[in-house]
Amino acid sequence: MAVGKNMNVLIVDDYKTMLRIVRNLLKQLGFNNVDEATDGSMALQMLRVGAYGLIISDWNMEPMTGLQLLREVRADAKLKDTPFIMVTAESKTENVIAAKEAGVSNYIVKPFNAETLKGKMVSVLGDF
Amino acid sequence: MEEGMGIMASAALDPDLVQRLDAIRHERGDTVHIDEVGEIVHALLQTVNGDVSAGDLRLYRELSSLAEYITSARKEIAALRPDEIRSDFIPSATDELDAIVGATEAATNCILDAAERLEGIAPMVDEEVAERLTEVTTAIYESCNFQDLTGQRITKVVRVLKVIEERLTTLVKIFGEEMGEETVKEEKQVLSDEDLLNGPQLPENATDQAEIDRLLAEF
Repeated sequence: MAVGKNMNVLIVDDYKTMLRIVRNLLKQLGFNNVDEATDGSMALQMLRVGAYGLIISDWNMEPMTGLQLLREVRADAKLKDTPFIMVTAESKTENVIAAKEAGVSNYIVKPFNAETLKGKMVSVLGDF
Repeated sequence: MEEGMGIMASAALDPDLVQRLDAIRHERGDTVHIDEVGEIVHALLQTVNGDVSAGDLRLYRELSSLAEYITSARKEIAALRPDEIRSDFIPSATDELDAIVGATEAATNCILDAAERLEGIAPMVDEEVAERLTEVTTAIYESCNFQDLTGQRITKVVRVLKVIEERLTTLVKIFGEEMGEETVKEEKQVLSDEDLLNGPQLPENATDQAEIDRLLAEF
């Protein structure tokens, strides 16, 4: 999947308002091809049929958490290289370590601002 | 394990006392409800005949004191009205917290609607104003993060309340379901000013403006 503002981005969060916020911030950054999932299992189904250049996922969701989704993505030969940014309120060191060990590309702690989101996206995707 | 401990304890007791305890055990079984401890101690004391050794007396005193302690603890716990806390207060608190999540979500969506409309104006105005509009809407989007965090925090509190509810259920079971019956609500005849401080009502219990207008018109 080519990196660029036209690529598909999948955002995953069980809070509809959060999905709306991230979608609007991505739109301001020039990313208009944004799909939404409300938990890890829904996201995984979408990832297996679509082509996404970036996953931005919450951690704390049911039935499948963001960490489980990350592990599934990294274990899947087709999806394993997809950049994955965790956006979560889980800010304990142990959480960050677990996410890193599972192969997260970057980690954003809620509440976050547009500048942080853009900065982490640039560090993962390069300039856009 | 328990049986072994029972044998060890029995071995240290006076044979007469062991015999009396066996008779009570035969009559009531190995397990007794906590409420019945006092009764059993009383029954044991009733069986005392003839000479009583110093060891027996010490044991009786300890058993009596234990029974008194249990009765007193039971009264104190009943005074806390665990059944009422479990059946009324906790569900009510949980409903209120759910209502907070619902209300903040609705309010956040309204704010986001307004911010998106504002952002929609940007292409209609000159570049400088458009940029400022985008800055403002970005700040609004960022601020709306609070809804997610508030929701997650409240969910944690609700989980804690559920644990308390489970523990209270266990407590009521241990001390007897009738403890719930003891906690009959005191019915107040006259509402004080304090009674009227109910705060916001849950949507399903709230009286809407039309109903209030109708009520006022009745006076």
